[in-house]
Amino acid sequence: MTAVFFWLFAAVVVLGAVGVVAMRQPVHSALFLLLSFLGVAALFVMARAEFVGAVQVLVYAGGIMVLFLFTIMLVNVRRTAGEPFLHTQAGAGLVAGFVFLAIIGGTVVASYRVRALSDLGEPASPARLASTSITRTVTEVVDGKKVSTTVTEDVTGNSQAVAWGLYRDYLLPFEVASVFLLVAMIGAVVLGKRTMERVD
Amino acid sequence: MIGVTHYVALSFVLFAIGVTGVLIRRNLLTVLMSIELILNAANLNLIAFSRHLGDLNGQLFAVFVITLAAGEAAIGLAIIISMYRLKGSVNLDDAAELRG
Repeated sequence: MTAVFFWLFAAVVVLGAVGVVAMRQPVHSALFLLLSFLGVAALFVMARAEFVGAVQVLVYAGGIMVLFLFTIMLVNVRRTAGEPFLHTQAGAGLVAGFVFLAIIGGTVVASYRVRALSDLGEPASPARLASTSITRTVTEVVDGKKVSTTVTEDVTGNSQAVAWGLYRDYLLPFEVASVFLLVAMIGAVVLGKRTMERVD
Repeated sequence: MIGVTHYVALSFVLFAIGVTGVLIRRNLLTVLMSIELILNAANLNLIAFSRHLGDLNGQLFAVFVITLAAGEAAIGLAIIISMYRLKGSVNLDDAAELRG
């Protein structure tokens, strides 16, 4: 049953990706990209990454897709509809893409043959992705003295486990990511301002 | 039985499609969409190995990659709009000032 859904969603993902590359109009590419994003989100959920799947739907299929559609609306794509939509070196690019596919595919097949991937054995228990144990120090005042005890408890649920990882183990990268988003927002506003003169 | 190999294979197919899109398309919007496909392929790999090894760090890295992709898309689309104002088109062939 899992295999059926995996192949179904894999087919959706690949179909969407091919549609992105093959469609002439950017709007059609964007809609195929949405299909691909949703397929990837379904695969995330199947791989026990429910939180990342939800973030994928919210950020990619929600936010980034709206940004793309607004940009397609702002730049007039109909005027360029009659022109060739492929690059002038499209043939060489296609060949390079197939060569790349062959190289990485060969690497994966070869590493599978020499049992590098299959040596990983059976998948780990999915429960490890849906729980984490937290250790905290509880300080109480007993008979006028401070007594510190260490308490270890388990929290269950994928979102809870991801949250503990983000806010405990990866706190500094998390804050750096928020500063990065601020910088990206300011940069997008500055770049989008009407200050540049049109030159030809 | 669907193992990590299937996810890795799907991931590299997605990656190769994305690279091909970056190489052959003229429209800057579609090139940016292909870059999003590449980032999705990387995320799929992270999640697959996270599932296989029972390690949550892969999922945390995938969250960071999604954050980076959001910022990259915002900046990239702003650059596309800025180029459209400058050139009146979003074709990569028109941005050839640096050609020797």
